[in-house]
Parts: sequence; structure tokens; C-alpha cells
Amino acid sequence: MKAAATLGILGAFLFVVACAPQANHNQAVYVLIDTSGTYVREMNKAQVVVNYLLGTINPGDALAVGRVKSRSFSEKEIIAKVSLGKDPIAANAQKRAFSEQFADFTKIERQAKGSRYTDITGGIIQAAEYLNETQAGRKTIVIFSDMQEELDYKTVRDIPIKLDGIRVVALNVTKLDADNIDPRRYLDRLEWWEKRARTAGASDWKVVNDMEHLDRIFKKNG
Amino acid sequence: MSFLQSLLIWPDRLLPSLLVLLLIAVPFLYAARAPMHALIKSASRAVSNPLRLGARWLADTAVRLRNRNRQVLFAHGSHEVKQSIERDFERVTMLVQRDLEGYPVLQRKLMDEITRIEEDYKKSGEVPMPPPDWVKAIESIAKIKASGDGVVEHILVEIRDALGKIYQKVVSEYRSAYQERHHILKGFLPFWRSVNQTLQQVDRNITSLQVSAAKIDANVIKLEHISARGNDVAHALASSASTQFFVAGMVMLIAFGGAYVNFKLIALPMSAMVGGGDYITETLQASEVAALVIILFETLMGLFLMETLRFTSLFPFGSITEKMRRRLMWASLTILLVLAGVEVALAVMRDTIISADVALKHQLGSAVGSAHAEAGWVTRIPTFGQMILGFTLPFALAFVAIPLETFINSGRTVLGTGLELALQGLAFVLRFTANVAKEAGRMVIMLYDVLIFAPLAIERWLWSYREGVARRNKLRPVPPLKRASGSQEAI
Repeated sequence: MKAAATLGILGAFLFVVACAPQANHNQAVYVLIDTSGTYVREMNKAQVVVNYLLGTINPGDALAVGRVKSRSFSEKEIIAKVSLGKDPIAANAQKRAFSEQFADFTKIERQAKGSRYTDITGGIIQAAEYLNETQAGRKTIVIFSDMQEELDYKTVRDIPIKLDGIRVVALNVTKLDADNIDPRRYLDRLEWWEKRARTAGASDWKVVNDMEHLDRIFKKNG
Repeated sequence: MSFLQSLLIWPDRLLPSLLVLLLIAVPFLYAARAPMHALIKSASRAVSNPLRLGARWLADTAVRLRNRNRQVLFAHGSHEVKQSIERDFERVTMLVQRDLEGYPVLQRKLMDEITRIEEDYKKSGEVPMPPPDWVKAIESIAKIKASGDGVVEHILVEIRDALGKIYQKVVSEYRSAYQERHHILKGFLPFWRSVNQTLQQVDRNITSLQVSAAKIDANVIKLEHISARGNDVAHALASSASTQFFVAGMVMLIAFGGAYVNFKLIALPMSAMVGGGDYITETLQASEVAALVIILFETLMGLFLMETLRFTSLFPFGSITEKMRRRLMWASLTILLVLAGVEVALAVMRDTIISADVALKHQLGSAVGSAHAEAGWVTRIPTFGQMILGFTLPFALAFVAIPLETFINSGRTVLGTGLELALQGLAFVLRFTANVAKEAGRMVIMLYDVLIFAPLAIERWLWSYREGVARRNKLRPVPPLKRASGSQEAI
């Protein structure tokens, strides 16, 4: 009887656990790297960030790196992407391959001339599209840029964007010469982007200029 | 303005207002004294009576529970002692079968050795033949005095030489006879030793039997005491159950620690088997549940193994045949071995995953393609440690069945005693509250009388005055009534 009761309780526990509503715990991260103008010199830091993200993501998560150019709303601007498998060993191999692929890209990009314009909005729309396709539980766009958008006269980007449930992290937002003359420009720029992200439905907006603080952003949420 | 203030005649002067209100209320309170007393008594009874009833029911339930607990305690104690007696009998039976079966052979061996020793003893007791009769003749010749006669001298020399030869021969024979006897005696030794060992073995067997018999005697006496159902035995059994409960609880806690270590050891590699990143609940990963299931299976197999080995009696296995029991035992042991093997493989996989992870992080942190130091055999030690741990922990968990059984069995007694104490405590609290309610009713009645002390004092004064008048009227002689017509006759 005692054993039957124990087995019954165990069975009931497993039944309850199995029938409980399941939430998606996977995360997807899209890193937008600004390759325009002088910001291309920050590529070393970009590699550090991507490597750091590779170290934090778990089996089942997704990571993609896209670049910001004169016009960034295109699949062609996705440099590398990976959806990690469930097997930790296979996931490690995928991470290794991704790291090598990105390293090759940085080597080429260091020697290349930066693009003339900076289409951050297009990159964000592309990132949101990719992240929504992954159907991950937590979605993050990491924008590695000075957040100074410059568009040619043909490109239309003053359109409403949708970032529902996506967290946006602006990383290494360097100060331009003009910002040094008048810091209000820098602060206004960040405020404008924050307002735009939040209006678009972003779940959070963060600015991180010190790479040491990446832990604060990514480790807490796993 | 509050309700109290609206009642006051002079809202800014509280005390005079209250006094005036009291003065107004006192005649009404006095008039309503008897029904108010009845109301307060009734209210007090309405609270105290159900509480007393509840207290009585709880006390009765506690008594019933105590009796039931005693029955269970005695039944359990009796069952344990009977099991112990059964085990002792089994041991005695085994001893008797093992040792007494060999006793005829042992006895024959002993008898043979004793016979041999006896024969040898007899042989060693054969003394050499006494000196021959001619010794007397020599004594006579020895008495002959030397006279200086050459012939006599020559004869004596001849005799001495002859005697010397004979003497040497006799002594030699005598010595060889003794040597032979010593040799026989020396041959005794192994037989003596063998006899000694055989007797010691017999002694040991008898002592073991005596010890088992003494244990059986003690247990039978214990069973008699339990059957007598005395309070001392009940206390002893309850105390024993409490000790067993806490000791088993401690052991179970240690076992839980072992199970947790085991869980941590296999949770990560299980993610490679069932998939990492899959969640069953909000916080519980599929790999963690899989690891938990493996540990629970190991514990279950351990329970079956201990049960079939008759170390525990948690399951109703009494009805199955001996053959089936053996089959179950081997099946449990095999599954446990397989699970232990799986854990060894998982330990290796865990080490591989961690090593790969460390290598990747190292690669990501440093320049790509940097050379890695070759791992030596020393770095493999943790892997071996994990493998050994993975193999031994399932078997260690199997032994949890023994403290688990003790925990469950003694838990019934401890829980019953605890429940009984709780019921008694609750009954006391209810009885106490009932008494407080009753006394509170009395106190309220007294307070009511204090409020209307003035009319009560007047009432008492009036009563005493009336009584005094009545007493005085009783003592005074009645005066004769005068007739209207002037007659002297009294009425």
C-alpha cells in the first residue's frame, strides 16, 4: 500500500508537470554592426561582443549578425546566423564555426572602406523580422553603432516600425566630434532613439558603453 | 461629529456629560437588571458550552487515538520481535544444519584419534625388560677381596671385561627403547592438536548456539512483556520509535545529499540526450526531469533489491514464490547495474561537454587558432572521480530503502503521538477558553451591578428597613381593641 501510494504521488506529479503550460525559454539575439564611415574602426570591439554573446547563448538559442550600411533592409546584410541545436556538443561546434565566420568578416571589413550612409532603421526592421521568425521567448537587438543615422535622399525610413516584445540595447555609442562640442546633441540623439524604440513597442531600451557591463544585461536574464 | 460626541450633552465637556448620561441611564438599567443578568448568563453559556463540548470531544478523541496508537505500537513491536525471533531461529537452524550434520564424521574422527592416542600411549608405556639374574652373581663376585693371587686377578679381569661388554649392550638397548618411546610420544602431538582443534570447533559451535538461544530467550521475554501490554513497555517502544525516526531521518537527509550530487552529475549530460533548452515547466528543464527520473528509477530498483534480499518489507512480496523472488532480485540488480553504467557514461559525457565549453570560451576569449596545451593524465583524474562517483552513487542510493522503511514505520508512531498531544493541547485551550467565557459573564454581571450601585443600595436599605419594621411589629404586644359600645371584651 505504502509503495503504491508513493508511486501514485510520483505519477500524479509527473502528470501535472507534463500537462503544465509550456513557455518558450529560448532567446534570439540580432547584432547590428555599423560599418559606415569611421565606425568601421570599432570592428575589434564588435568581435569581442559577438564572442561574448556566443559564450552566453545556450542550446536552442539563435544568434545573427547583420551590418548597417547605406541601405540595410536586406537579407544580404546578414553576415552570419546560427540556430543552436539541442545537443550541447553540437552547439559548441556551431558556435566555433560562427566565430570563425565572423572573424573572417572582420578581417575583410577592417581593410574595406566604410559605407557613405548609415541606415540604422533599415537594419532594425531587418533584425525585427529575423527575430520574429525565430519565435524565441526573449528577443534582443544589439545595435553596435554611434546611432547617428544618415540616409540618402531616395531612402525612406521615417515610417512606423514594430518592435513588439523586443529588447533594444545600444552598444558602444561613441561620441562624435560634434557631440563633444555640444553634448546635448548626443543626449538628444539617444533620447530620440529611445522614444522611437519605445513607441515601436520595444520591451526595454538600454545603452551600454562599457563592455564590462555586458554581464549586467545578458547574465541576469540567462 | 462622531457618534459618541452626538450622544454627549456637552460635547466639549466629556466627563460631566457622561456622568449625566449615567444618571439618566441608571433607573433604566436598574429596572432591566433581572433580564440583563439573564441575557449575560445566556450569552456566556452560549460561548462556554460549545467550547466545553468541543474540549470533551477532543479529549475523548485523544483517548481513542492513544488507545489506537498503543495497539499499533504493540502490534508493530510484537511484529518486530517476532521477526527477530524468526531470524534467530533461522540462524540456529542454519548452525544446526551446518554443524550438527557434520557431527557423526567429527565424532568418528575424534574417536579414531583418541584410539590412536590410546594405542600409542600403551606402546609408550612398555618398559624395557629388567636386568637379568646374572646381576646377582656379579654382586657375589664383587664381594671377593683382592688377594694378590694372579689366577684370581686374571679371572676378575676377564669377568670385568665381559661385564663391560654386556653393560654397554644393555645400556644401548635401554637407550634405544627410550628413544623409541620418545618417538611414539612425539607422534602424539599432531593428534593432540587435531583433537584440540576439533574440540575448540565444537566449543565455538555450542557457544554460538548458546548465544542464539539466549537471544531467543530474551526476545521471547520481550514478546511476553509486549503481550502483557504494560505501560513500561509502551514507553520503551515509543521512545525506541522516536529514536529510530530521528536517526532514519538523519540518514535520509544524507541520502538526499547524495541524490542531489548525483542529480548535478547527470543533469548536464542528459541535455545532450533529451535536448538542452527544452522546458517542461516555467523553471524545470527536460534534461533535469530526465535526470530526476533516472535517480528515482535507481532508488526504485534499490527498493526492489532490498525487498527481494529481505532487508526490508515495504512491498507485499509475501505471496510470491521463492523462484520469482530470486528472479526479481536479479532483474533489479541488473537494471541497477545498467543504470550505474549509464551514469558512468554520462559522467564521461559531462566531462567532455565541460572541456569543450572551456576550450570554446578560451578560443573566443583569445586569438583564434592559438595553440592549446596538451592535457596530461593528471587532468583526467576528475573524470575518473566522476565515473567512480557515477557508478557507486546508485548502489549507495539503493540502501536508502532500509532507513526509509524505518522512517515510515516509526513515523506512524511519532505522528500518532504528536497528533495525540496536539488534540490534548487543543482540548486544554478550548476548556480554558470556556472557563474564561464563563468567568467573563460573571464579571460583566458584577460590573453591571457596580454601575447601578446607588439604586441597589437604596433597595437593600429599604429591605432592611422593612425587615426591621416587621421584626419590631412581631415583638410588640398587640393592644386590645375597644368596643364601640364600651364593652371591655377584647377581640
